[in-house]
Amino acid sequence: MAEIQMDHIVKQYGDGFPAVNDVSLDIADGEFMILVGPSGCGKSTLLRMIVGLEDITSGDMVIGGKRVNDKAPRERNLSMVFQNYALYPHLTVFENIAFPLRLAKMDDGEVRRRVNEAADVLELHEHLERKPANLSGGQRQRVAMGRAIVRQAEAFLFDEPLSNLDAKLRGQMRTEISRLQRRLGITTVYVTHDQTEAMTLGDRVCVLRKGKIQQVASPRELYDQPVNLFVAGFIGSPPMNFLPARLEGRSLSTPFGPVELDDKRAAAVAGRELLLVGIRPEYFEDASLVDDAKRPLGSVFRARVDVTEWLGDQQYAYIPYEAPEEITNQLRALSRELDAEELRTQAIVSIDSTSRIREGREAEFWLDSRKVHVFDPSTGENLTRDAEAGAALTRMAAEDREEQIAGSAGGRSSGGMGTSSSGGAGTSSGGARAAGAA
Amino acid sequence: MSRKEKNWWIVAGVLIVIYALFPVAWIVSLSFKAPSDLTNGQFLPTDATSENYKGIFTGAGGDLFLPALRNSFGICLIATLISCILAMFAAYAIARLDFPGKKFILGTALAVAIFPVISIVTPLFNLWRNIGLYDTWPGLIIPYLSLTLPISIWTMSAFFREIPWEMEQAAQVDGATTWQAFRKVIVPLAAPGVFTTAIIAFFIAWNDFIYGISLTSTSASRPVPAALGLFSGASQFEDPTGVIAAAAVIVTIPVVVLVLLFQRRIVAGLTNGAVKG
Repeated sequence: MAEIQMDHIVKQYGDGFPAVNDVSLDIADGEFMILVGPSGCGKSTLLRMIVGLEDITSGDMVIGGKRVNDKAPRERNLSMVFQNYALYPHLTVFENIAFPLRLAKMDDGEVRRRVNEAADVLELHEHLERKPANLSGGQRQRVAMGRAIVRQAEAFLFDEPLSNLDAKLRGQMRTEISRLQRRLGITTVYVTHDQTEAMTLGDRVCVLRKGKIQQVASPRELYDQPVNLFVAGFIGSPPMNFLPARLEGRSLSTPFGPVELDDKRAAAVAGRELLLVGIRPEYFEDASLVDDAKRPLGSVFRARVDVTEWLGDQQYAYIPYEAPEEITNQLRALSRELDAEELRTQAIVSIDSTSRIREGREAEFWLDSRKVHVFDPSTGENLTRDAEAGAALTRMAAEDREEQIAGSAGGRSSGGMGTSSSGGAGTSSGGARAAGAA
Repeated sequence: MSRKEKNWWIVAGVLIVIYALFPVAWIVSLSFKAPSDLTNGQFLPTDATSENYKGIFTGAGGDLFLPALRNSFGICLIATLISCILAMFAAYAIARLDFPGKKFILGTALAVAIFPVISIVTPLFNLWRNIGLYDTWPGLIIPYLSLTLPISIWTMSAFFREIPWEMEQAAQVDGATTWQAFRKVIVPLAAPGVFTTAIIAFFIAWNDFIYGISLTSTSASRPVPAALGLFSGASQFEDPTGVIAAAAVIVTIPVVVLVLLFQRRIVAGLTNGAVKG
């Protein structure tokens, strides 16, 4: 177990392209850090630099207080789960898991004990004598994790470990990984482009764009107080809506009518003309279903609904709007960068599933103006970000984590890997807490 | 596939098999014919005899054939082994490492492979005589390497390229040195490729005639194909065809055995299950 410190890390390829550009990031001991971003943002490259599979062009990589820039992967004592699992097809599951121990020349009895422990944790017992080719995707995934946990590594590194599984299994394995990390309390770095994984697993999430860190914060802070347009657009599903707006006194005139700003926000955006308003889908509601008490806190507007999607527990409505060409182009560029292809300017609105709003008709919507964010269209900066409130959210998450680790440490043996039934019981409660927090 | 199409495939398949195996069957049949029977124009011998086989294993025929068989086995196995080991390292470097002159090495290997053997035999004959390699095992092993190495490097680098690089990286992260990763992960995964290459290399060496006849003079190193050409009948008026056919059948056996033995290993797809599926 160790902390990982990255200091002005740069990775430049032969053609001078900086895949990772001046990244400084401290990952605390026992922390679950997520690296997230659209494809090509440098997240995998960064992970591979931590483990030593990529050379570092400049900057310092410090693991457990030691600079490891020039160390080979095997000297760093990290374990990694690859996207395609990279199991050794000529070895049985047992030997696959035992592989790192065999390389360390551990004696046979100890190897058997450790592999059995890992197999207990991952419920792989009945598969130990099989070859990877005969296993299902989820089982292979667990074998890859077994190979990672069997050794007392300084940290776990995951490179999109769930992207090859189907949706249902992905959900299961996600909670499994979360539980395992809480139980073992080992520093973990996890690369993903899936924001559900990022939000549910991470203590902190690092959002990368074109090799640069955009924001490092707890999932809640990222969601509530994004630092710029990119983070705001990346985190959240369906994504945040960005509407063009003109500042008129203290209110913003948007395609969906005026939005009143409070004092603090008004002061932050004063003196500007063209702005982008970021509104999450759930800040909208079918106006007829809003409490009278809440109604004055927002604004009401009428709009024609293009499409509705009823999902049982919730309902989405798509509302097209007109935007100046300049804004349209910018939003299109942003959506391309986020691996999406937005063809039309439309707002996605989350409304109650009981709402009777129908496609192709005009309807009345209510918009909660307390939570809107205002962005500078040219720089993308979030003008109304409340840094203090954000920091408070991340602090809260950090306290939660410490509490959880302290709680699970009681049920954990000092050897590092908890096993046996008592460990299992401790874990399930830890897992429940983790789920509650998320 | 419709029924009609299927039938056509079966017919075509049978035709091809007959076309390919008929000469073999003919030689087997020839090897059982008595000298008087050879030119009777019939496929089957009128009176099957094992005289020809006795002829190559005993007496003057035996003196010619048995040492040649031993030479051929020894020389070809050693040449195959050396070329496989060398090709393994070369192919690994070509498939995995980035170094200047990679294209040049592959190009040279190809050039060597297509270079006509006959044009280097004469200079080699002179050179070998001067440095004392003429009519020795190394004197054949070295030229055989020049035949087998290029093709071995090419086939093996194709196999190495198929192995996902993550395998090796995973091994390194698990604590293996580059050499350990190569030996414990890459080589076992490349085993089908290594066996395929070994068999191809062995055949190339086994089938060589030009080097065998030009660079040897005695039974100290003469390989089988050269020895076959030196068979003579019981008298100088008698055709040795039957004896040669018998020797040819014997020579074919190890090849067939090798293929049957390693057939399963040659089947690629060992890497199934290594990665997502």
